[in-house]
Amino acid sequence: MNIETVSGSKGLLQKEELIFDIGTTETTGVDLPKPTGRKGRLGRLKRENGTGLPGLSEPEAVRHYVRLSQKNYAIDLGLFPLGSCTMKHNPRLNEKVARMPGFSDIHPMQPQHTVQGALEVIDELADWLKKLTGMPAVAMSPKAGAHGEWCGMAAIRAALIDRGEVETRTRVLVPESAHGTNPATAVQCGFKVQEIAASDDGRVDLNDLKAKLEGDTSDVAGIMLTNPNTCGLFERDIKEIADLIHEAGGYFYCDGANFNAIVGRVRPRDLGVDAMHINLHKTFSTPHGGGGPGAGPTVLSDRLAKYAPTPIMMVDKSDGERKLVLVDDEAEMAGTDHKPLGRMCAFHGQMGMFTRALTYMLSHGADGLKQVAEDAVLNANYIQSRLSKVMSPAFEGYCMHEALFSDEFLKDTENETVDIAKGLIDEGYHPMTVYFPLVVHGAMLIEPTETESKAELDRFCEALESVASKARSGDSSLKQAPYHAPMRRLDETQAARKPVLRWVAE
Amino acid sequence: MKLLIKNSAGPKTTMRYLPLTPEDRAEMLKTIGAKSVDDFYEDVPKAARLDGVIEDLPMHQGELAVEWHMGALAAKNRTASEGPFFVGCGAYKHHVPASVDHIIQRSEFLTTYTPYQPEIAQGTLQTVFEFQTQVAMLTGMEVANASMYDGSTAASEAALMACRATRRKKVVVSGGTHPHYAETIQTACETQGIEVIVLPPAFDDEAALIEYAQDDTACLIAQSPNVFGAVTDLTPIADAAHAKKALLVSVFTEVVSLGAITPPGEMGADIVVGEGQSIGNPLGFGGPYVGLLACRQKLVRQMPGRVCGQTVDAEGKRGFVLTLSTREQHIRRDKATSNICTNAGLCSLAFTAHMTLLGDKGLSQLATLNHEAACDLADALEAIDGVTLKTDRFFNEFAYETSMEATALLAALDEKGVIGGVRASRLFKGDGLENVVIVAATECNTEADIAAYATALKEVLS
Repeated sequence: MNIETVSGSKGLLQKEELIFDIGTTETTGVDLPKPTGRKGRLGRLKRENGTGLPGLSEPEAVRHYVRLSQKNYAIDLGLFPLGSCTMKHNPRLNEKVARMPGFSDIHPMQPQHTVQGALEVIDELADWLKKLTGMPAVAMSPKAGAHGEWCGMAAIRAALIDRGEVETRTRVLVPESAHGTNPATAVQCGFKVQEIAASDDGRVDLNDLKAKLEGDTSDVAGIMLTNPNTCGLFERDIKEIADLIHEAGGYFYCDGANFNAIVGRVRPRDLGVDAMHINLHKTFSTPHGGGGPGAGPTVLSDRLAKYAPTPIMMVDKSDGERKLVLVDDEAEMAGTDHKPLGRMCAFHGQMGMFTRALTYMLSHGADGLKQVAEDAVLNANYIQSRLSKVMSPAFEGYCMHEALFSDEFLKDTENETVDIAKGLIDEGYHPMTVYFPLVVHGAMLIEPTETESKAELDRFCEALESVASKARSGDSSLKQAPYHAPMRRLDETQAARKPVLRWVAE
Repeated sequence: MKLLIKNSAGPKTTMRYLPLTPEDRAEMLKTIGAKSVDDFYEDVPKAARLDGVIEDLPMHQGELAVEWHMGALAAKNRTASEGPFFVGCGAYKHHVPASVDHIIQRSEFLTTYTPYQPEIAQGTLQTVFEFQTQVAMLTGMEVANASMYDGSTAASEAALMACRATRRKKVVVSGGTHPHYAETIQTACETQGIEVIVLPPAFDDEAALIEYAQDDTACLIAQSPNVFGAVTDLTPIADAAHAKKALLVSVFTEVVSLGAITPPGEMGADIVVGEGQSIGNPLGFGGPYVGLLACRQKLVRQMPGRVCGQTVDAEGKRGFVLTLSTREQHIRRDKATSNICTNAGLCSLAFTAHMTLLGDKGLSQLATLNHEAACDLADALEAIDGVTLKTDRFFNEFAYETSMEATALLAALDEKGVIGGVRASRLFKGDGLENVVIVAATECNTEADIAAYATALKEVLS
């Protein structure tokens, strides 16, 4: 029964207006000393018109954000099965460590001899990443997965410049199942994208790849391949693919978004990879924070190592003591192999994510990380096995860390994938990834991660089985779901057609 | 590598982040019909399968041992709060109210994802909508996006955006722009065949920059306050750009300055980008930070990154969703405006929460305090024989020159306990700036800090 309330709140779910509705320009939640009123040095550029920004007192501000927070789903509330996003538990020790003043209260431009501990963190994390991937080098500055992709592709471009082939080698092969960032990155790096078809078993169609590498391959720059791929499957022909691309004179960029499925069990070097980004916010548990910040260190093979972007971590033993230095002046790299592709951002990467990821790695150790991969894959296969009775698995056989279903089981009904997703919200779960990868019709991609107990997996499967059965039976009530979320379905078409992107005073 | 941690525990021990028990695993394998987890890895080429655990890495450790190890590394660093500290150049030491960190550590904000399912993500979406509005109001612009990685990448995205909007392939960067920003712009543009002209370092090069507004120029990029702290009137630069149908991209690295100086939107900027770290975010050795990007309404479909918009739900209630996704990589793939798929989520939440605590009144006061601290410092340093101020109109950062090489000067100050700023030669190579120091002061610098700086500098120079 829907009982309206005067306040607009419903029990614990409290209505909360915008700060622009409730704050005033005269209100402030901070106590600052009074300025002295001394003569300034801004001249005629002093801001005359106020900003109009509303303020709130501290209690009001805290309440505003806490009330809003309660309208969010989160890992800490339950299983968050977004495929390809790896929503695992975020250990709070990571947060505690990142907030140690020795890490949080140091400046990127203060003298390097005063930040040796911070440089050691970067160096130690780099060492872990190199050993876990078997690769000889890692670029630490990329600020997110897509930024890491950019780094890897720019390194390939730098190598082609060195070879005098950057004008001719412009073709990058990308499977049609790839994440959208792959083709977008290739183009941002000045390449042209050629799609490779997917095979019926959800992998790269080796015949199509061979056909595209037949004859003249002097225009091939490389391939961008996710492994395990976006269908949650290991590319079993990966060695052959790597060999084919290398024989064609190109490089192998591996999208490492799904490294969590193989960490500790397979090293990308052994698969022929030339460059791969690692999402610290996926595999290594740094929080997703509602859309960032991420971090995307990028490992590089011998062939690409020297093109890593500035700054470069070097060891200075000039005064007898081992000191770490971040070097961005190419003159100081004289006598080394380094030929940096340039600078990708100010300073030197997502330090706050480095401390968290290293804390996580040390907690798990090499043994624990292997167990992480195995449990993630076990959990996904358990879900695939249980749900295959009511839903349609996209492919036969075992999956890696995520289970993929198509909407085949809904074909005689009005219900669609989105209705399953919204129905799952009413059951108290965040939906799985929907309509991705594009190669599977009405795709539903479920990634439970290793941090779920069997009991939680069972509860989730029961909930999804129930929603899927309802959908399959043609239950039309799902079309209007969710009923129990803070809001009903939102009109995304209107939002795009008449964009209102900010509050404006009436 | 020297580790405090010794390899002790074996691989069979329970690990605190892994809930499955050996019994669970056995039962689940049975349900699946697999013999062991090795079955799941059968597609891995045999030669690439690892036996056992990767060598030369430590085994798992308890929370206490890890905390000790990390704590020991943290203790080796000198924090910005340990004494007089005057480093700026793109990151600034400010006080962040305690409630900000509490808010961003709420589980529902910290441990959620990009708000793809708006019915259960209104918390994130409403804060993003508020953030976008705050950024637009601060910069005097019409719209803003949900944030970028940081100021430098926001600047490079702005350059690319200007090229798309004007269909031109040349960008010109002022000599007062932070070199890290200029280099980031260069790296991003070069791969797309865009010409980037970076003017020689200059305390003020408004006139030179204007000369570069030509028929094939996509945009002029000017930083104010610039890397030497100088505050520039952008109006003549905007006018010159617009006369040639080019755009003005304005950049800032110190967002607090917008509480005191005329916003770029009132001086004709078309795209405004900058670093938002100062509000809500710690120094954190360079990141994560929060890039701000605002623009004119007419450029909105060329904007990179996530954008949140207002709409209604099925019952007509106001709500928020991610929108304009037809610009983005997951829809447009190789034709997307950018490859970006995350923003700086939590850092933008810290920014918006701190800004809400400040409000117009608090921001204005904070900005004034910063400006006064820098003016006090400038007065104190200028009074010393042999010190010349290189920046006359500034906000909370300025440059000065002495007869002493800046590396030696700063090392001597360091020995006296004062972290006295950044030498210009660390940023600019071989440009006759060897004796120039860039120095910032904020509300965190006390009168005593300023006096200590002046005393130390006087001793070093005498």
